[in-house]
Amino acid sequence: MIAGNVFSLDTFFSELIRTYPIFLEAAWLTVRISVAAVIIGTVIGMFIALVKLSNPFLKVIADIYITIIRGTPLIVQIFIFYFGLTNIVQLSPFWAVSLALAIHNSAYIAEIFRGSIQSIEKGQMEAGRSLGMTKNLTMRRIILPQAMRRAVPPLGNQFIIALKDSSLAAFVGVAELFRRAQGIAAGTFNTMETYMIVAVYYLVLVMILTWIVNKIEHRMAASDR
Amino acid sequence: MSEMIRVEKLNKSFGDLHVLKDIDLEVYENEVVCLIGASGSGKSTLLRCLNFLEVKDDGKVIFAGDTIELKTHNINEVRQKVGMVFQHFNLFPHKTVLQNVTEAPIMVRKIDRKQAEEDGKKLLDKVGLGDKYNVYPGKLSGGQKQRVAIARALAMKPDIMLFDEPTSALDPELVGEVLETMKQLAREGMTMIVVTHEMGFAREVADRTVYMHDGRIVETGDSKDFFANPKEKRTQEFLSKVL
Repeated sequence: MIAGNVFSLDTFFSELIRTYPIFLEAAWLTVRISVAAVIIGTVIGMFIALVKLSNPFLKVIADIYITIIRGTPLIVQIFIFYFGLTNIVQLSPFWAVSLALAIHNSAYIAEIFRGSIQSIEKGQMEAGRSLGMTKNLTMRRIILPQAMRRAVPPLGNQFIIALKDSSLAAFVGVAELFRRAQGIAAGTFNTMETYMIVAVYYLVLVMILTWIVNKIEHRMAASDR
Repeated sequence: MSEMIRVEKLNKSFGDLHVLKDIDLEVYENEVVCLIGASGSGKSTLLRCLNFLEVKDDGKVIFAGDTIELKTHNINEVRQKVGMVFQHFNLFPHKTVLQNVTEAPIMVRKIDRKQAEEDGKKLLDKVGLGDKYNVYPGKLSGGQKQRVAIARALAMKPDIMLFDEPTSALDPELVGEVLETMKQLAREGMTMIVVTHEMGFAREVADRTVYMHDGRIVETGDSKDFFANPKEKRTQEFLSKVL
């Protein structure tokens, strides 16, 4: 007897071809969730980082935010947004998941920005200030552009994590890649093949994202050339 | 000669460390004053107190007759009149040489970009970097970087220039070009306060030399006299070690 979950290369390729219309659509949803989460998460993360660096009182508030968000599981946060928050405000499943993922990532992104801002030599702020530039102007014109450059590699890393974490949306019924894979596997009993196929989709998406991040990194290194 | 900057009974501590003790100093227009002394004597801290990069604990900093306090003055306006050159250059690495020089004039003095670039190019020509407008600082030698930093400070048209050990981070063969630029500036009548270990520069270029030890000014004198006949024993000891 051959058990149903032994891997067959033939089945893998035939299923790959058969399921691509479903998976491509699901991949597009995964991309949309991830892009929304990453953009919103980056904006919030930058805001939290600047708040944290501004004064001791606000630093405490930012630290509390980061501690809570980083200290609780993403799946719990998604469920809170999906089952809890949707009772209070009108929120589509897509936005419940995207916002949960955005908030979750904002805590990590805040620490990435804080670290990269603090890594800029103290002399840069002093040089700006000595020329009569205000603290805010020096931050905006001198510190942040350099900090952003240093933030790109760890940000890229965080974006990859966010892309893969979007698979948790499956557990609130959003029809992204992993949810589709679960459905197909349950229907065909081609469990191994189906999950291998969906793994390939994630891998390709991550490789595309990596390529984009490398491009940005290269472009921002103009002053090194 | 009118008084440019005056310091009265200035004190500064870092924690328990009393770095500046009752400093009195005055610098007149067009004058070049060198601050010399061992590391840790407080000369850099004194310089940084003049443009409030370090905030004094008590005492007075009087700039062109006006007693400057953080509470009563917009320190950013004061700093526009006080140029500063740092030991480690502190150029903006993400901006070209010309952008380094035009940044503050455009953003702070609100000068038209075209005009700022024209002025900036003239300054860079003057410090001998007319062929480096669009180069990033990372491609320059230490001496070139420091000359860009001087041009950057001059672009704000300051009334006085502060130099904080401008040649200490340079390879020996690059010291000369920076000192030459500073000499030229002195000849043009710029008021300058220079913290330096270059005794030759102090003797040759400075009108007065100030020796600091352990947070106090030990001796101030006309540079020629100062080096020929130091009066204080501690000055004599210091000079015998460094000359």
